[in-house]
Amino acid sequence: MTLLQLIFLAAAALTLGAAVMVVTTSRLVHAALWLILALAGVAVLFALLDAPFLAIVQVVVYIGAIAILIIFAAMLTRRVMQDSGRQTTRTWWLGLLAALLLFGGLVVLVLQVPGFQAAGGAAPDPQANLIDLGRSLVDVNAFILPFELASVLLLAALIGAMFVARPESRKPPGGKSGTPGGEA
Amino acid sequence: MHEQWIYVAFLLPIGVLLPGVAVLAGKILGPRKPNPVKGTPYECGIETVGDTWVQFKVQYYIYALIFVVFDVEAVFLFPWAVAYHQLAFYMVLEGVIFILILAAGLLYAWRKGVLEWM
Amino acid sequence: MGWRMIGNPFGWIQQQLMTLLTGWGLSQAWAAAVLSLVGAVILATVLLVSTFFLIWAERKLLARMQDRLGPNRVGPWGVFQTVADLVKLLGKEIVTPAGVDRFIYYLAPLLVVMSVVGIWAVIPLAPGVQGTALDVGVLYVVAVGAIGELGILMAGYSSNNKYALLGAFRAVAQLVSYEVPMVLVLLVPTILAGSMNLEVIVQQQSPMWFVLVAPLACLIFLITSLAENGRAPFDLLEAESELVAGFNTEYSALAFGMFYVAEFLHAFTAGAVIATLFLGGWRGPGAETYPILGFVYFLAKTLVMWFLSLWVRGTVPRIRIDQMLAFNWKVLTPLALAVLTTTALADKLALELGGNRLLTNLGANLVVALVTLAALRAYARAQRSKEESQRIGGLVTAAPVSRHH
Repeated sequence: MTLLQLIFLAAAALTLGAAVMVVTTSRLVHAALWLILALAGVAVLFALLDAPFLAIVQVVVYIGAIAILIIFAAMLTRRVMQDSGRQTTRTWWLGLLAALLLFGGLVVLVLQVPGFQAAGGAAPDPQANLIDLGRSLVDVNAFILPFELASVLLLAALIGAMFVARPESRKPPGGKSGTPGGEA
Repeated sequence: MHEQWIYVAFLLPIGVLLPGVAVLAGKILGPRKPNPVKGTPYECGIETVGDTWVQFKVQYYIYALIFVVFDVEAVFLFPWAVAYHQLAFYMVLEGVIFILILAAGLLYAWRKGVLEWM
Repeated sequence: MGWRMIGNPFGWIQQQLMTLLTGWGLSQAWAAAVLSLVGAVILATVLLVSTFFLIWAERKLLARMQDRLGPNRVGPWGVFQTVADLVKLLGKEIVTPAGVDRFIYYLAPLLVVMSVVGIWAVIPLAPGVQGTALDVGVLYVVAVGAIGELGILMAGYSSNNKYALLGAFRAVAQLVSYEVPMVLVLLVPTILAGSMNLEVIVQQQSPMWFVLVAPLACLIFLITSLAENGRAPFDLLEAESELVAGFNTEYSALAFGMFYVAEFLHAFTAGAVIATLFLGGWRGPGAETYPILGFVYFLAKTLVMWFLSLWVRGTVPRIRIDQMLAFNWKVLTPLALAVLTTTALADKLALELGGNRLLTNLGANLVVALVTLAALRAYARAQRSKEESQRIGGLVTAAPVSRHH
């Protein structure tokens, strides 16, 4: 049992444990915080897989942006300090069974991939990997189309969200001199 | 390549433990005299009315949302920026197009008045 | 041997410890790990202890700017004032109101401190002295800062106080908004250096510092780091007249002290990050041969930027939240996008066509600055003429005097 394996097991246990707590804890904001822990565990797994860029991106985007968005949504729409209650239905064991069956099936499938159980190759150089990634994102023979489509997708998400979340009435932005800044 | 994370893996827990020890010392050394008045939430001296909740103000959510979009955009741009010196000019132009598409989104948000803090 | 030791104390200490540990029978990798641990402990301790000096210096300097004396009772020139404050805070009771979420309540200040201390892991203090040479150093700084925002949100939530919660929301709205131009502007030194590794960025600043090549980017980063820190003029997060004390209303004694420490340390850390990214870090005459000189240069640059942020704090008044957010989304973010675009294009054109990189980039920055100033002037003129017409219109259409004389 090498040190790397131990660290992997610890990170995997952390991620799985936190994920279980997300769906079983009784308070909504606690669930959001357990989610953050699970995402941090995934970041550690990325780092173990020699993908430092993805690990950091996981923290910056998921924990630093999306988790905050989720917590905002949770705290703004519920009376969070009192929001608690049972999260599991009476047939929770069915869900657990389905999850275990799915896991078993995936393990069987993955073990059949040739070379899956072979030892890993030499550690790649992250800096060269990053340069490679950057190049291939804009290379005409590689991923330029998904790259630009991603920006269009982000634009669509932005416009769609603004359309949905737009407040009903908009006062004209005048009279800034004496008006205090809004209701809160 | 895992060696680069060792220092971070040590520094972050130490960064939590050192102030933790300080706060613990404060808890142990300080007096502990709880009484019901001290336990009430502070509202400039007046009594609290109602539960602790905040009126929904969509503006908070909108700012966080625009931040998510621009954060993801910046994350796409970092590999492009790192590979900058190996790129041809048209590749740099493609990155600039990426930025301009999202700048158009910001302009749209501005014109629609979504960026105002009501 | 004597000069080498003085010239490079860090390397010398490192060498001695390595030979000591491997002499004890540890393998190379384990010895390096133990060295990392020792380095981390020393760094964290030095940082947290240096806040004593930083807080005292800040109070003294701010007082002089405000034409008063500042702390001068405890020790010569009041040097031990912060120690006295610490002793007082240690002796106070940590009053927690009923219904707080205990674990989160105590975790929040620790996370905020951790997010500041963690940034120092990637900052190169001297040639060859860096916590870790992360290949994704720049994004790591952003990531660790994001954890601090989470800490503030958790502090506001766990206080069971609707004003603390509201204060936390406003704080996170401000922090999150100002992170957009910050992340966009961080792309500029990455483009210029071709790497996210802070050590490489420092090394690439050898002919000239990045502040000369991208002055607008440095300015935007300075402003956004002031806002991320919660310093004046963006300090309505904890101003006494706003929402009680914002997200740390229900924090007393040393738990509050931790937020205080984190804020002052963050100002110093922001100075260090600016010094590394734009001012050339440890670069200076003779820094490669005598790394201790590099450390001195780095410290000097950091202190200058820290003093600059202090100067701004003592000079400008606080701005309202709607002004602040409008400034961010309508001025800073478009400016950051423009700076990024023009730097990317100008630098590549200079490289391809063989022009002078410095001049091309400076020229591009100048163009963007002039266009921005022109746009702001036009906007100000439009606002002024609108107010004029409103005033005149008001006079003309004023309600007539009452009919009953």
